[in-house]
Amino acid sequence: MATEGPVLPKPAERPRPPVLAPGYTFASVTDKISSIVLAQPQAMPWMAGFGIGFLLVMLLFFSIGYLFFVGVGIWGINIPVAWGFAIANFVWWIGIGHAGTLISAILLLLNQKWRTSINRFAEAMTIFAVACAGLFPILHLGRPWFFYWLFPYPGTFQVWPQFRSPLVWDVFAVSTYFTVSLIFWYAGLMPDFATLRDRALTRTKRIIYGMLALGWRGSVVHWERYEMMYLLLAGLATPLVVSVHTIVSFDFATSILPGWHSTIFPPYFVAGAIYSGFAMVLTIAIPLRVAYDLKDFITMRHLDNCAKVMLATGLIVAYGYAAETFMGWYSGNLHEKFMLVNRAFGPYWFVFWGLILCNVIVPQALWLRRVRQSVPLLFLLSLVINLGMWLERVMIVITSLHRDFLPTSWGMYAPTRWDWAVLFGTIGLFVALMFLFIRFLPVISIFEMRALVEETSGGSD
Amino acid sequence: MGHQPHEKDPKHSPAGALDLAALRLELSGRSGPLYWRGLEELSDTPEFHELVEKEFPASHWTQMDPVSRRGFFRVMAASLALAGLAGCSKPVEEIVPYVRAPEVAPPGVALFFATAMTVAGSAIGLLVESHEGRPTKVEGNPNHPASLGATDVFAQASILSLYDPDRSQALTYLGDIRPWTALMIQVQMLAETQRMRRGAGLRLLTETVVSPVLAQQIQNLLRQFPEARWHQYEPVNADAVRQGAISAFGRYVNPIYRIEKADVIVSLDSDFLVSEPGSVRYAREFARRHSPQRPDFGAAMSRLYVVESTLTNTGAKADHRLPVLPSDVENFARALAAEIRGQQWPSDGVPYAELLKAAARDLKEHRGAGLVVAGRHQPAQVLAWAHVINQTLGNIGSTVVFTEPVEAQPVDQLTSLRELLSDIDAGKVEWLVMLGGNPVYNVPPDLGFGERLQRVPARMHLSQYPDETSALCHWHIPEAHYLEAWSDTRAFDGTVTIVQPLIAPLWGARSAHEFLATFGDQPDRPGYEIVRQYWRQQHSAEFERFWRKSLNGGIVEGTALPAVNVQANDRWVAQQNAVAASAQTDKLEALFRPDPTIFDGRFANNAWLQELPKPITRLTWDNAALVSPATAEKLGFSHKVGFQGGEHGQTYADVGEVTVEGRSVRAPVWIVPGHADNCVTLQLGYGRKYAGHLGTAIGYDAYAVRSSANQWSAPECTLRKTGERMQLACVQFHHSMEGREPVRAASLEKFQSEPDFARAHEKEPAKTFSLYPPYTYTEHAWGMAIDLNACVGCGACVVACQAENNIPVVGKTEVTRGREMHWLRIDHYYKGSLDRPENFFQPIPCMHCENAPCEPVCPVAATVHSSEGLNDMVYNRCIGTRYCSNNCPYKVRRFNFFLYSDWKTPSLMLLRNPDVTVRSRGVMEKCTYCVQRINAGRIRAQQQDRYVRDGEVVTACQQACPADAIVFGNINDPESRVAKLKSTSRNYSLLADLNTQPRTTYLAAVTNPNSEVSKGEEFGH
Repeated sequence: MATEGPVLPKPAERPRPPVLAPGYTFASVTDKISSIVLAQPQAMPWMAGFGIGFLLVMLLFFSIGYLFFVGVGIWGINIPVAWGFAIANFVWWIGIGHAGTLISAILLLLNQKWRTSINRFAEAMTIFAVACAGLFPILHLGRPWFFYWLFPYPGTFQVWPQFRSPLVWDVFAVSTYFTVSLIFWYAGLMPDFATLRDRALTRTKRIIYGMLALGWRGSVVHWERYEMMYLLLAGLATPLVVSVHTIVSFDFATSILPGWHSTIFPPYFVAGAIYSGFAMVLTIAIPLRVAYDLKDFITMRHLDNCAKVMLATGLIVAYGYAAETFMGWYSGNLHEKFMLVNRAFGPYWFVFWGLILCNVIVPQALWLRRVRQSVPLLFLLSLVINLGMWLERVMIVITSLHRDFLPTSWGMYAPTRWDWAVLFGTIGLFVALMFLFIRFLPVISIFEMRALVEETSGGSD
Repeated sequence: MGHQPHEKDPKHSPAGALDLAALRLELSGRSGPLYWRGLEELSDTPEFHELVEKEFPASHWTQMDPVSRRGFFRVMAASLALAGLAGCSKPVEEIVPYVRAPEVAPPGVALFFATAMTVAGSAIGLLVESHEGRPTKVEGNPNHPASLGATDVFAQASILSLYDPDRSQALTYLGDIRPWTALMIQVQMLAETQRMRRGAGLRLLTETVVSPVLAQQIQNLLRQFPEARWHQYEPVNADAVRQGAISAFGRYVNPIYRIEKADVIVSLDSDFLVSEPGSVRYAREFARRHSPQRPDFGAAMSRLYVVESTLTNTGAKADHRLPVLPSDVENFARALAAEIRGQQWPSDGVPYAELLKAAARDLKEHRGAGLVVAGRHQPAQVLAWAHVINQTLGNIGSTVVFTEPVEAQPVDQLTSLRELLSDIDAGKVEWLVMLGGNPVYNVPPDLGFGERLQRVPARMHLSQYPDETSALCHWHIPEAHYLEAWSDTRAFDGTVTIVQPLIAPLWGARSAHEFLATFGDQPDRPGYEIVRQYWRQQHSAEFERFWRKSLNGGIVEGTALPAVNVQANDRWVAQQNAVAASAQTDKLEALFRPDPTIFDGRFANNAWLQELPKPITRLTWDNAALVSPATAEKLGFSHKVGFQGGEHGQTYADVGEVTVEGRSVRAPVWIVPGHADNCVTLQLGYGRKYAGHLGTAIGYDAYAVRSSANQWSAPECTLRKTGERMQLACVQFHHSMEGREPVRAASLEKFQSEPDFARAHEKEPAKTFSLYPPYTYTEHAWGMAIDLNACVGCGACVVACQAENNIPVVGKTEVTRGREMHWLRIDHYYKGSLDRPENFFQPIPCMHCENAPCEPVCPVAATVHSSEGLNDMVYNRCIGTRYCSNNCPYKVRRFNFFLYSDWKTPSLMLLRNPDVTVRSRGVMEKCTYCVQRINAGRIRAQQQDRYVRDGEVVTACQQACPADAIVFGNINDPESRVAKLKSTSRNYSLLADLNTQPRTTYLAAVTNPNSEVSKGEEFGH
């Protein structure tokens, strides 16, 4: 952890806010974070928030039940728009799931200390988002009970998946990503589980946290091996950050459909994923630091950095839009050109202009320091970007499909109430899982924060 | 094909009822009167109860002993197994020669039986496929002159009507189920009363009768009851044809066109390619002649001028099409006659003068090889003028011949009906017997049929469905489907076909012959005997041989009516006024036409026909009032797409109120480019009140505003916007090619100078331009070529595909969601101006691409390339990701979003083709090139150690196509028809630049416009 690495150059004029407010000791850091789990402050607001999430989960279960009973026809999909909200939501959730691993793995390797206070919940966010995303490929199947045919298992059919299909690549990419993220998250939690075990007031908690801590005693040997494992896992997770959304983008890019068939998709999807992921980190971090008085841990420095990452990735995404438009025009291809015009001025113009507004125009405000320092504005912006990225997924999936090659088969898509139910249901699932996470696990890595105490006790950085 | 009915054990009877068969034999062995009296003798015996129960399953409730619990359960079980039982049963008479082990018909091998279907007084000869005793598919009979092996949509869909669970399942008296015997008693009683009065109170109302047997039965009846009267009426009739011939020739003769001999055709609002009698044959002949390069025909390409008001398929195929007001067709006909006869006519300011003169010159240059065809919905004068022109040009005897009428007793049906109604008013009618037809629904409302009908003391109605007329009758008698009963019928040229059933009546229905027999002294005479007896009278010598031959071949030889000599009636010509200037008023005219898919309403409960997109408008499940864009604009009508399904399903049309002669109806208004301005087409057949579960209360009832005086066009009507909007299910909203040229066309001139115009400007990627190695095909490589020049857009292929491949119907709501299941669709495109566009039809099956985009994206290998180049769909492997559909540039894949196939209705299970999987929910499906037929052909070939012969495997669409537009075969064989067509210069691939290398390719359309017609008249190539 404490290896010497490149350090960001310090701005001369204006001192940057610290990654941990000064004045904390090991004990006070531990108290502060573990009390959220052990003392359970803000019980009523928590119940309210979780309750909303829980109700939406019930809606999700109900709509899934009906979906399985009747068929995917309850959604608005048709021929030609055979993929609708389900796939757009899948891509959106997977994108959101990108920030966590990026923060915990890549920033770890880059020795960015500001990651410390946000990595825990960002990883949790990743896992929950991927869990939400993972539902959709199964739900959207015509015969979901055969979803396991996507796996290469030795069955009596002796038929393997068709490995040329990007959907099979998806299965591997997403399941690997989920597995590695989960292990990474769990590994990071182990020392904190031990802390909670040691501080738990009831026997049940002690037993449960004790089991989860896997016998962690904090010996030097433990720490040495732990650090090694954590670094290795970070190394393992790093390529996955890039690979998952690259492969998800292949679902579209390898097809022949104008609006999908584009070589820019992999980088543009990865950038978009980080963009939406950081937006979601802010969406979670801002209420969290207010509700549990974690402003000293999640400081303006963190918010500012997240905002800058969003600005950078947002510009990459905007470049992606521009490049796509340019290439469509430059190709001289009738279908490509039509697709571009249809996106902007066809029946789904509002989706396109909505996403341009949300993803390109509004986020330019982040150039202003005042905006980056304004917590309410950042929160608002994070929501706008989340919406914009969702619109982008909808645009890619639906507007490309609805008018393809032969004008006679053109159609339209409109979501039904079941489409919305599943979308909000998964949002509910995500919210509910986040609330459970806040309630039962330390939202900030205790041991890593303690490591920062030493460094910050003297001042910034 | 066709079976050899030979003598067999008369004891043969349905499986599981052998003991009854003996009893039946015993009963039928007695003479009629004895049996009749024997009813009382027998009625108390258990055998009799059992027989009646077997005979009339639907009537068992009245027959059953109330305390017999065992009987109750037996009947329940029988009801549940009813359809299956009926499916296993064969007609009692000998049609399937299963005497001993049937060597000719091993299980699993389909048999074909020749029969015929009659619609509106004209029959089409059919071969019907039978699997283990259940008919499953209708094909055309190549021997039959009206079919030539092809069919129309009605024949294809008729098999569904056979199994329609909404068909009458019981004989009813005032709505209560009655046994057949009760009807027989009633008929005998009424007949007894009438006999004393020489039948003065008896009236018979039929549709157009073309069956010689039925005609003789009716004549016999009229001999028994000399003062009884026989009336004929159906809404789509030949009254104008009859009157036109009488005007022109002084007597009723039936025109038969020789389209194949015609170099120049002028159609005066005749949709002779699709909806006139004989049109299946005419379409074939037209396609052969209207082609720039058919290897099988040497003569030059023909030219078609069409003058019409509403856009028909024939108009869409025209080289020059002139939309005119309905009232102007007659003016055009008169002017054309004047022009041809060298008379002066006021041509100044007539917009169509140039075209008319060019057409007249063309006709005159092709004396004896020109043809003027007038539609049967035109006034008699127009038909008469067409005859006169043909006579003037010497076309009679060459491109058109005349025969004696096909109808057994031709009458002016409207007059006939009026006589009946005045007799009712005069109180003369005591007993009205209606054989078929649905006059309460389709008689013009000013005649007040329904109200007058109720004044008749005894009313009986024989019909397949309990319909509007049945509801007002005392007795409703279920009529057997044509596949259930023996009969005979005549085609458009008089050729007789003996209609043989393929299955015993599913619900105990009777034919008109059997019902009429109850009037006589042999009331229980089976239809088989009746039909055979008639033909025995006609062919007493070697009757059995004659009978077998006629059944086997599907036609009775030598029955085609001979041509008769006719001479135009100069007096009539002299009486005609001079050509009137066309009335250019702002009045809106109305036009009535039978619906293209459900006809006059008789197919309203046929889901295949309801869901078959109507040619050109591509609407399903509804009719609409059709207007031109200019008229719509003037009156403020528009339609737009909805958001759910949208352009491919959900559309909203303004509802207008059409008022004709004081009667109004509300109809959605649909805009049809190419429709004549200032007129509105109203399609008959919808708005049924009692049609069954599917056909009731959909669409609007155009009969409600159709008066007896103006049956086919009304000179004045109003169309008022109501402000309402109505949701319509339209499977294609975009008719513009958007610059993508899916259909390629050129004039003959251009084609001759640039034969490969279809491909000339296309950069086709190299065939090797793929990451994957190419496939090699050592034996067969299946491919298809579709001639866009030939296709008339009738839709027979679509229904044939649906029937062959067990394709489910999804209903209007699902169609509005863009989820119809047709594997084959006929796209329609407009090109050129909004008011006078060119029209193109393009059938789109699966392209079976060599580089199929659907194949690599399927994660579970459910769609794979076969060793013969088919793109196979493995239903039981499909998990329904729908990725293949997204990646299909032709969007030919169809998905079972819900459980669309009917897995519950027992009778519909009999309908299914046993060689094709019935798909379940959540799987993708698409055209397979009828792989089951390919497999059958390959197995046959392998047994004989050879390759499949060219033409041995035909797809369902190809087989049904009247125009022979679809050719399928082995492209590995350079001698095959399909390979030859693919090597012609007109051949091109759809979206070739995508490098999908489709196996289905198209032959570009070529039109043959008259170079004398200025570009303004032409629709812009």
